Parts: sequence; structure tokens; C-alpha cells
Amino acid sequence: MDIDIDIDTDVCIGAGQCALAAPNVFTQDDDGYSAILPGREDGADDPMVREAARACPVSAITVRERTG
Amino acid sequence: MTELTDITGPAAPGAPVAFPQDRTCPYHPPAGYTPLRDGRPLSRVTLYDGREVWLVTAQTTARALLADPRLSTERRRPGFPVPTPRFEAGRDRKVALLGVDDPEHQRQRRMLIPSFTVKRATALRPWIQRIVDELLDAMIVQGPPAELVSAFALPVPSMVICGLLGVPYADHEFFEEQSRRLLRGPTGADTIAARDRLEEYLGGLIDAKAKESEPGDGILDDLVHQRLRPGELDRADVVSLAIILLVAGHETTANMISLGTFTLLQHPERLAELRADPALLPAVVEELMRMLSIAEGMQRVALEDIEIAGSTIRAGDGVLFSTSVINRDTSVYDDPDALDFQRPDRHHLAFGFGFHQCLGQNLARAELEIALGSLLTRLPGLRLAAPAEDIPFKPGDTIQGMLELPVTW
Repeated sequence: MDIDIDIDTDVCIGAGQCALAAPNVFTQDDDGYSAILPGREDGADDPMVREAARACPVSAITVRERTG
Repeated sequence: MTELTDITGPAAPGAPVAFPQDRTCPYHPPAGYTPLRDGRPLSRVTLYDGREVWLVTAQTTARALLADPRLSTERRRPGFPVPTPRFEAGRDRKVALLGVDDPEHQRQRRMLIPSFTVKRATALRPWIQRIVDELLDAMIVQGPPAELVSAFALPVPSMVICGLLGVPYADHEFFEEQSRRLLRGPTGADTIAARDRLEEYLGGLIDAKAKESEPGDGILDDLVHQRLRPGELDRADVVSLAIILLVAGHETTANMISLGTFTLLQHPERLAELRADPALLPAVVEELMRMLSIAEGMQRVALEDIEIAGSTIRAGDGVLFSTSVINRDTSVYDDPDALDFQRPDRHHLAFGFGFHQCLGQNLARAELEIALGSLLTRLPGLRLAAPAEDIPFKPGDTIQGMLELPVTW
């Protein structure tokens, strides 16, 4: 199922929980903020994407199922 | 600790529980917290001076409140809950990161995030491994028995944070002692004096770094040359950040290494499970973090009224978080008092949650995996060198851990 992942870097605190929970989808950029690995914007069918969103201490990650 | 001992007797039925209390077993919550583990999300507890504050004990409630900007972490605010009398005197002192709210906190934290990412921690692993190997080599040459806190648990994170910050490890006896006094007193005067001496020491180091034409590669060097010189931070800001990073960087991890080792040695079946499958190590570290919950009693004060879980926290109310009880929430964990490396859910709050969640958590995980993994591999016969019940551990009003850990192999 295709999903959309949105990262709010204004609230991201760079804890790295997303990169730890779902390292195939998330990384941290040079400033330490959460970022999606190139080509993984659709979540790459990784069930850990939702875990990563739940692990985020500031709810900076939103995961939505793509409609239509 | 007489103040603490005096108030930790059995409470009258229905009376608020005293907080904090000393643990009876170093890896379990105090027996006196049992009434707090009845499923209520938050309770009223009494501090040493008899004042009543909120204590959050459920994980869902803790996650919501720790991410709620209506709770402040600024010690100077009226109503801020102080868990021990020795911290009253220092409440007017500026504490970087964990003592400031956004947007100031965010500004400070963002300068430091790049130094503590998952990638950075991974890149540091070979260097951490060398530090651990050299300390274990020295222990093996010296031969058993050994006192593990001073020979291993404290030097590992102390050397790591010194290297990262650009603080000379040669001064470790000085700052480890001041750090101990800052956190454990025993008196308020000790706490203040220790902070003064750390400010003086780190201020001098920062001034020396500011004069260097070729900056070193430590975090303090970066702060001095990239933030202090352009005027983005003043000297007091840099000193305050340096104190937090230095103290938090070695005290917490040292306690996890000592108490983690003790806990594994007290669970021989789990230790055998780990020895048989070293790939379990990351899960072992997370489970130890959950079970040991060494940073107990995080503190906040409400800035506005907050309706939560059927209760109203009023503006000015103190709010504490019992990490040890939150991390044994029966609605989240099956058999929460058991050490279980196979748990599916690892969302413990041992590193806190919300804006102030531990900045150094990825570094801490790397240090713990390497330190515990190598200790058990290099010393396959590791065991306690004294009866477990005779080994002293820290009182309930500070970061939890072993005071000493006599071992042999």
C-alpha cells in the first residue's frame, strides 16, 4: 500500500528515533534532522515506518495512506 | 540521606506516597511505590518538605505530557518540584538544555544535534571499541578481583565524552568528583560549590580554546569558534552547555554499565541467552534501559491548567514522572518486572520523551552495546566478588546505579 510520509523539520529535535526504528526509510541529514532516504518516499513497504512515527518524541512524522 | 530515610516509612492507607524513595533492589522500583502501580495514570505524592505534587505513572499519559508545551522545565519558576533539599539552593542557576524551554532550548539543541546523530554514533564505534578494549586489557593484566565502577564503568563514558567535547581526560578525577558532588551532594553547599568549580574549570578551558589559532576538533572547540566568536552564544551559555554535556555524558552511562552488569549477573539464564546469541545485544541494552530506568523523577511545572486522564493539573502544580513505574506499565508490557530480551515493544521512556528527550541517546546505546558486549566476551567467567545484598547502590534521590561493583572472573 502506498503511503505519504511527512516530516515537520520545524519541530524535529534530531533524536534519531526514526533512523533507528526504520533505517531503510529514514536517515538524518547533515544538520541532524530527520530525512527520507532517496527513493523511499513511499515508505518502501516497510512496516517499521509506523513504528518510526510512533517513536518520534515530538510527533514530527505523519504517515498517511495515499488515496485515489 | 537522613531526610529521605525519615519519610520513607510505610504510608497511612490512602495517604499520598512519599517521592522519591530508595530502591530496595537496585534494579526494581522501590517497594514503597507499589500503591502507585495500580493502573492509575497519575497520582498525588509528597516531596521531602510535605508538599504535594503530581506523579505520572502511565506511559500514554507520560508521552502526552512530556510533549506538552504547557509544562515547563525551568527550575526558577514558582512551583517547580524539587525532589531533594540540596537542589533548592541552585534553582536560580542557569541550566542549559534540560533547564530551558523552547524557543531557547531548541536554539541550543539544534547547535548540538549533528554531533549526536545515529550516523555519528555509528562512526564513533571503532574508537569507542578501542577505549573499551584498552580498559579491559588493563583489568586482565592486573588480574582479578576488580572494582568495576572505577576500573571500567566510569572510565569508558568519561573517556568518550572527554574525547568528544575536547576536555583533557587527564583532569578526569577532578570533574568526576565535582560531578558526583553536583548530583549527590550530600549537602546543598556541595552542589553549589561543585557547580562553581566546574564553571571555573570549563570557563578556563573555553577561554584557552578561544585563543587557539588552530581549533581542535571537539564539540567545545566548535561551540567556541562557530558560536561564541560570532556572538551567537555568550561565554556563560557555552560554560553551561559544557557542564551539562560533561556531567550527563559520563554519569548516566557509567550507571547503566555498572547496574546493567549487576542485573545481568543476577539473571544467569538471561546472561546465558545473550552469550549464546550476541546479536541480541541491542535488544538487551533496550531492555536494561527499560528495566533499570536510572533517570527517575523527571521534573516539570504546569504553566496553564491541563486536563489529562480525568484529572486537572492546575497552573503552578509540580509534575514528576516516575520512569521506573512508567516503564513497567502493565497496559504496555507483559510481566513488566521480568528481564525479557524478546519483548516486541521497546518504546520505553528511559531517555525521556518530548522536546527534552536525551540528546546523547544514540551515543549511549553505542557505548552500552560495546561496553557490555566486550566485558562479557573478554571475561567469560565474570561474577560478583561479594554477596549481591552487600553491594552498595545509590540512594533514590539521584541517578540510579551501583556505588561499587566488586567482580572477579
